[in-house]
Amino acid sequence: MIEREQVLHVARLSRLKLEESEVEAMQADLSSILDHFDRLSEIDIEGIEPTSHVIPLENVLRDDVPRPSLDREVSLGQAPDQADGAFRVPSPQAEA
Amino acid sequence: MADDRFTSATAAGLGRLIASGEVSAEESLNAWLEAASGDSLNAYLWKADPESAVAGVDRTAVGPLAGVPVAVKDIFCTEGVPTTAASRILEGYRPPYTATAVSRMAAAGTPMLGKTNMDEFAMGSSNENSAYGAVLNPWDTGTVPGGSSGGSAAAVAGGLAPWALGTDTGGSIRQPAALCGIVGLKPTYGAISRYGMIAFASSLDQCGPLTLDVTDAAVMLGALEGRDLMDSTSVGIEGGVTAPTAERLDGLVFGVPTELIGEGVEPGVKEVFDRSIEQIESLGGRIEEIKLPHAQHGISAYYVLAPAEASTNLSRYDGVRYGLREDGNDLVSMYEETRGTGFGPEVKRRIMLGTYALSSGYYDAYYGRAQRVRTMIVRDFDAAFAGVDFVLTPTSPSVAFGLGEKTEDPWTMYLNDLFTVPMSLAGIPAISIPGGLAEPAGGGNALPVGIQIAAPAFGEQKLVEAAFALETAIGFDGSPARSGSE
Repeated sequence: MIEREQVLHVARLSRLKLEESEVEAMQADLSSILDHFDRLSEIDIEGIEPTSHVIPLENVLRDDVPRPSLDREVSLGQAPDQADGAFRVPSPQAEA
Repeated sequence: MADDRFTSATAAGLGRLIASGEVSAEESLNAWLEAASGDSLNAYLWKADPESAVAGVDRTAVGPLAGVPVAVKDIFCTEGVPTTAASRILEGYRPPYTATAVSRMAAAGTPMLGKTNMDEFAMGSSNENSAYGAVLNPWDTGTVPGGSSGGSAAAVAGGLAPWALGTDTGGSIRQPAALCGIVGLKPTYGAISRYGMIAFASSLDQCGPLTLDVTDAAVMLGALEGRDLMDSTSVGIEGGVTAPTAERLDGLVFGVPTELIGEGVEPGVKEVFDRSIEQIESLGGRIEEIKLPHAQHGISAYYVLAPAEASTNLSRYDGVRYGLREDGNDLVSMYEETRGTGFGPEVKRRIMLGTYALSSGYYDAYYGRAQRVRTMIVRDFDAAFAGVDFVLTPTSPSVAFGLGEKTEDPWTMYLNDLFTVPMSLAGIPAISIPGGLAEPAGGGNALPVGIQIAAPAFGEQKLVEAAFALETAIGFDGSPARSGSE
């Protein structure tokens, strides 16, 4: 069983606010899923290389030709908040 | 009721009618927009009007796709058109650019009918994880259409679109196609550009067609495949893909992983599957029992790897550049409030799972191990394809299940992907075609059963040829589904 503290820790790492009821459900769900994952530990993986990409590709190159990119206004157009041609966010420091 | 001269044809059939001048592209578009407007399945999240449907479309294009409108899964970015991935966190978002797959359809002269409903960020196997409500299966509106491309599958099966674009990460094209009695093709990883496709698990995501028959799937794939400078993992399919013509399966060997297709498969599904084996043999094909010893671990490996990739891909939804923002006292609490409010339960679960699997102290035990198990599954297929041309399984262990029936326990839902996930992990192409109808294990209306055929990487032409021959022999009549829009 995954600990409640672990759930809260992972939620912080994930930048996810969980309601109290969600924390409990998450604890139960993650525990049950992780139990199923334990079957993976029965497999002998000695000497097996990991796969992160299935198609044999290396050094995919293209000519370095300048192309137009999105205009600043278009890029900012969907922002919830903007100022002076930049995205605006709350201060990283909590208000006193 | 829409004019059925247009809506009763397959997409390729409609393309021929338009090319011959028998009907005009405009008439066809209007008939299909009318059909889509009658959506009672919640298949569409956004519907085009006659003007927006042709925005960016090359209306001078000639060819098999010209004038045949397409429904597009809401995971593809479409310039100026709402794109949500069925998530609250992207509500109101209108992308500044269009996905390559959609652009390629537009360049072939294909108008866009609308954006289809899906499981939020393509995470789900029933379409019940959409923030905008579940999609109903046109065969039985008390059942799910499958997922995550459930809206695309229901639209095609329900007569609301001639064909549709979907994406498949662990079965999200093939399983809904199976549950809705249509054809779904997941191409080889790298066959089609992923540019502009909202990322879920980048090493697995691939887009593809959901269609009424194998010919339509081949025609759409032929238009979609190709290298794209905007996606360095795209390579295309050498020689392209063309409409299949095979009538026989002489000399071809189909491997059946008997051990994998054991318990947990509904008797009705097994029955239809066994019948398809007989049909393959009657066409001259040979069946051979094969072993994919590690495929049974596919679900576990997949549900470590895909959430791990998702947890990093979805970190971009932070309330800064686009989409939802919830207020917070400081930057981090703004992130947490925004993401806590904007994501649904399954997406949160997978972000948590992925973050956990990648976190310090657990990385080797989960992520590192799952990547190695993936290698073993790749090798299983390599070994199998040394002796057989195709691998054959049911697409899904069951027919369409009831709404709410599998939402209680996440793992029960994940098990729907038992037969589709191994091919995704190996990156190989696989198609689901309707094999017939079967009663659910608990009784009720007979519902479609999908047969999955998988081929070696970039073996798409061979795959659609075999699927076409089998499809013709099965002679599945999809007509009950096509009246679902009424």
